[in-house]
Amino acid sequence: MVTPVSPIYFAKSQLQFLIDVLRHRGYSVVGPTVDQEAIVYSEIQSIDQLPQGWTDEQAPGHYRLKKRDDESLFGFVVGPHSWKKYLFPPKTTLLSAERTESGWQFITRSADTTKFALLGVRACELAAMRIQDQVFLDGPYQDPLYRERREQLFVIAVNCTQAASTCFCTSMKTGPRCEKGFDLALTEIDSGFLCEVGSERGREVLDVFVNLARRASEGTSVVSNTDNDNVISPSIDDATPEQLRLAENARQQAVAQITKHMETSDLPGLLLSNLDHPRWKDVGERCLSCTNCTMVCPTCFCSSVTEVRDLNMDRVERERTWDSCFNPDFSYLGGSLVRNDTASRYRQWLTHKLDGWHAQFGTSGCVGCGRCITWCPVGIDITEEVAAIREGASP
Amino acid sequence: MPRKPRLAVFKFASCDGCQLSLLDAEDELLAICDRVEIAHFAEASSDLQPGPYDVALVEGSITTEEDAARIRRVRADSKFLMTIGACATAGGIQSLRNWGQIDEWVQSVYPSPEFIRTLATSSAIADHVLVDFALHGCPINHHQLVDILVALAEGRQPRVPSHSVCLDCKHRGTVCHVVARGIPCLGPVTQSGCGAICPAYDRGCYGCFGPSQPANTTSLVSQFRIHGHSPEKLVPLLRSFNAAAPEFQHASEQLVILRPSNEGCRS
Repeated sequence: MVTPVSPIYFAKSQLQFLIDVLRHRGYSVVGPTVDQEAIVYSEIQSIDQLPQGWTDEQAPGHYRLKKRDDESLFGFVVGPHSWKKYLFPPKTTLLSAERTESGWQFITRSADTTKFALLGVRACELAAMRIQDQVFLDGPYQDPLYRERREQLFVIAVNCTQAASTCFCTSMKTGPRCEKGFDLALTEIDSGFLCEVGSERGREVLDVFVNLARRASEGTSVVSNTDNDNVISPSIDDATPEQLRLAENARQQAVAQITKHMETSDLPGLLLSNLDHPRWKDVGERCLSCTNCTMVCPTCFCSSVTEVRDLNMDRVERERTWDSCFNPDFSYLGGSLVRNDTASRYRQWLTHKLDGWHAQFGTSGCVGCGRCITWCPVGIDITEEVAAIREGASP
Repeated sequence: MPRKPRLAVFKFASCDGCQLSLLDAEDELLAICDRVEIAHFAEASSDLQPGPYDVALVEGSITTEEDAARIRRVRADSKFLMTIGACATAGGIQSLRNWGQIDEWVQSVYPSPEFIRTLATSSAIADHVLVDFALHGCPINHHQLVDILVALAEGRQPRVPSHSVCLDCKHRGTVCHVVARGIPCLGPVTQSGCGAICPAYDRGCYGCFGPSQPANTTSLVSQFRIHGHSPEKLVPLLRSFNAAAPEFQHASEQLVILRPSNEGCRS
């Protein structure tokens, strides 16, 4: 249990010291950065790589990178990538075997020593991580790669201060406020950040960071532009009541901007008791079965495992790759495709995500991040599909 | 030890690129020769042995009466017939002739058109004979070809996924061009096989590997229309190497109907 500490405040430029401290401790720091006309997650060394002054405009099947009229570092929502790629990589070799004179020699994967520090994890993404923890770590069979990376993971959450038109975390009760599952959590205000501590590891890193930042700015102070009085305030200190108020206002702004809603009172139940609803056929005609929604989803965890060997049959590797219930081959069982049309594949995805997931993991599989809506090339909106099933649903 | 399967390679109307990809598989070629006996491969050897063959690789489309007869003989001589590449599998780029007037084409292309005897269409091998397996791509991916040959020799399932290019883009971390830039990319309806190269280099997918399973071109093309792309832009996109693949052909013909004047649809 972490003893509560009141949030501290630090100036924007000081964030570099936090990255430095983590890198010095052997972490590969991963954060948002602008690439391919989007805000993606990638390894960063400097705060200059953060998407300062950029934001994202999102709608069903639509994403555009836009300039902001301020210099916010985290003034956007979530992009095409999700953090799952760091804990559950798109492609992994699980095992290999080599033919030797004394027979096949099995080589187990060596322990993964990569330490990631994720910077900028939103509340919905924290919820997604908790869900994937259940998938990969709960129960009798744990995924060793996931466990190794998860145990070493350092999470710096960032509270949303705005929402996209595709966001519906408030419906799924996953955000926008970061409440648990982080080591440190930041809220960005005009001049700097408020930082909360969520774990012992977070407190330890924060202490080192504060000392470093204070030493660096020793004897100096910065002009705060949080108000018009140009008061001289230290660049790192306990947050003032005024700063706390500004941070709360910023977080409330995100709540106020959320317009999308998914009714959950009849979930689970609604979808599984309406398997013959005509809407499935309707969405099956629009859906491309391209797999995009499942790939961008931060909780989707399906994969395929194949044995790949060299031509001389001297070496075999067991490879695991991300796969999807929208890939027809994924339902190949006993010599045929179990789900041979798009409507049945869409139904499988949605009933599992929103309905069957509850029975399997005790929670919904949806965190309301809206990625599947934005990144569907034809803009299919999960919340509209659920609402349409509800209309004319069987009691 | 069982006898090695006898392999034959046949060329019809094509550029030879797909056959060449077998020769390009330099690292694997010796190992392949250990598994299969190459009995007939004009591009590699003038020692052309007669059938019957266990496996025939067929490149190219059918564009002449002679070839329409020859493919039937190849079929009769072969236990397992596999088409390689977009020409054999869908009719190739030369199937653009299917929307034109063959006499006009012959007159405008050849200095002595009287020597040309050709069919009015370029058609896929499967329109003429039973095809056991179709390997897509313009050109094919030689790793897939090698895997299939070895799988055939060993009697196991080959590893040739039929899902869309999107899955490969997501594995690579490539951001979706349709969503983030409004570019008409055929990735969502195109079969995997190239490794999603074009989207990784800032271009939409050209559909070289032909329609995926399923290829909902109707829905994707309507979305492109919502994004403001005109039929003048979309018809050529759909009519390239796999123009006559049923899903692409249907989509381009639907767009032609939308044009104010149907001119241009025949070229």
